[in-house]
Amino acid sequence: MKPETRNPKPEVGSSATDHAPRNTDSPSRFTFHVSRYLSIYSALWKNSVAREMSFKSNFLLWIVVELLWFGLQFSFISVLYLHTDQIGTWTKWQVVLLIGASHFIQQVFQAFFLVNCTNLSELVRSGKLDFLLLLPVNTRFVVSLRQVDLGSFVNASSAVAVMAYAARQLHLVPTLMQVLGFLALCVAGIATHYSLMFLLASISFWTVRAQGIVWGYYNLFNVARLPDEAFRGLFKAVFTFALPMLLVSNVPARLLADKLSSSRPVLLLLAMSVVCFCVSEWGWRASMRRYTSASS
Amino acid sequence: MRKYWHVLNVGIQNNLTYRFNFLARAVFGLIPLIAILYVWQKIYSGKAAGATVGPYSLGEMFSYYLLTTVVDALTAVNEDDWQIAADIKDGNISQFLLKPIDYLWYRLCLFLSGRVTYLAVAVTPLTVFILYLHQYFVLPPDWAAFGGFLFSTVLTALLQFFMSYSMAMLAFWVLEVSTFIFILFAFEYLASGHLFPLDILPPGLERALYFTPFPYQLYFPVSIYMGKTTGMELIRGLLIQGLWVVAAYLVARFAWRRGIRRYSAVGG
Repeated sequence: MKPETRNPKPEVGSSATDHAPRNTDSPSRFTFHVSRYLSIYSALWKNSVAREMSFKSNFLLWIVVELLWFGLQFSFISVLYLHTDQIGTWTKWQVVLLIGASHFIQQVFQAFFLVNCTNLSELVRSGKLDFLLLLPVNTRFVVSLRQVDLGSFVNASSAVAVMAYAARQLHLVPTLMQVLGFLALCVAGIATHYSLMFLLASISFWTVRAQGIVWGYYNLFNVARLPDEAFRGLFKAVFTFALPMLLVSNVPARLLADKLSSSRPVLLLLAMSVVCFCVSEWGWRASMRRYTSASS
Repeated sequence: MRKYWHVLNVGIQNNLTYRFNFLARAVFGLIPLIAILYVWQKIYSGKAAGATVGPYSLGEMFSYYLLTTVVDALTAVNEDDWQIAADIKDGNISQFLLKPIDYLWYRLCLFLSGRVTYLAVAVTPLTVFILYLHQYFVLPPDWAAFGGFLFSTVLTALLQFFMSYSMAMLAFWVLEVSTFIFILFAFEYLASGHLFPLDILPPGLERALYFTPFPYQLYFPVSIYMGKTTGMELIRGLLIQGLWVVAAYLVARFAWRRGIRRYSAVGG
């Protein structure tokens, strides 16, 4: 990003950020906002890179940990498929594709949002949220995107490799449209994960010990990587319409594997991601009203 | 021994402040379990009626997962390893070097109090869950199996604790132990029978696993309860499990002694 606007950098505490061109017409104001937020975000990236690189061996070890747990999913699936040929209509390599898609979505979510969501309760407990509230930017923006977890991008690429291998085994040659559609659905899936976890993290305004709840959400990723056809009844209803875990990775995986019989699941996932985001925004605003700075 | 009794007491009170966390953990923890049960049900429904997977009918498979949940609630290490590592890193262990109290027994008391509190909180969601699936909740075949199960569960808890304690000792040498803990946990998760019963694995692989301590961390007591391990095999298994407990204890003691020599009481 080239800083073409005069002063896009956030200068905390100075009045420089007040110079937003209020009287100009709205399109240029919009681009001003976008470029301002982009430059803030690039500063946050630089910070994260510096932070990660100061613990290099730890950075690498975490990648090993994630790879190990990713491999663990496959050993579980291989054991299941020792004893069956299909789960519903899902064959082994289709499930591998599903696990890959699920891991991809989870890791990209983790790269951008996870640490920030789990840190929210600490920000509230220690009163550090005050400083973020004072910044002349959207508070949800800084709270959600403060840190970037770079290792997760490496893990996401391992998920891509697995998906490619599974696609080969299935003799799938996805068209460009399929790949683009897949990516769009992944964005919807990531948005859903983010909205739900952010909503859970907002509970920390009510009870300080919310970190347990946020980590509890981690269990739901386990549901997201299982084939949707296994589920019935109340469980299926809850995890489709309330916490849409059975949509977030199953729908993109189905699109890639030519397993979509209608466009209904696609529309449902898109709709649910919008609903989840709106609910989380409402929850966030309701929570912020309760915030009484802890430390001062 | 009264001082350790006191530690237990304080530990329970401390842990009670985390009751909400414990409840969240217990409730959320059931979700992946229910999901796995659904997947098994789907797999069995694709087979002929009365078909088995390995030695398991669908009902037995459900019983297996119910039992692992119970044993896990009784024996799993919660946050003890993180806390021990943090104690070392922050220099909190200095006071134990001065006081007439042994850090390992102190932590064991805290571990037990953690389990007691966790059970007190988790008993409600667990009971609801078990009652819902009560037809799969079988009784052990005889009293010997039940006794062996109880004894083995105690050994499992000790093994879990000593292994975690040994892992946490790494904090003397490295700054960040969580990666190592997660790596061990991955192996435990797979090889202890959390994800699937070990006897549906190919026989060679299953036998190989028995050379590691992992099956004794969960699978072994469950197999006793289900009447799969009986007679001489039961006695031999309990002996091996006991040996693993002793080995883990010795490693824990050894690592502590070596670690103390390096310890420089940062921040203490």
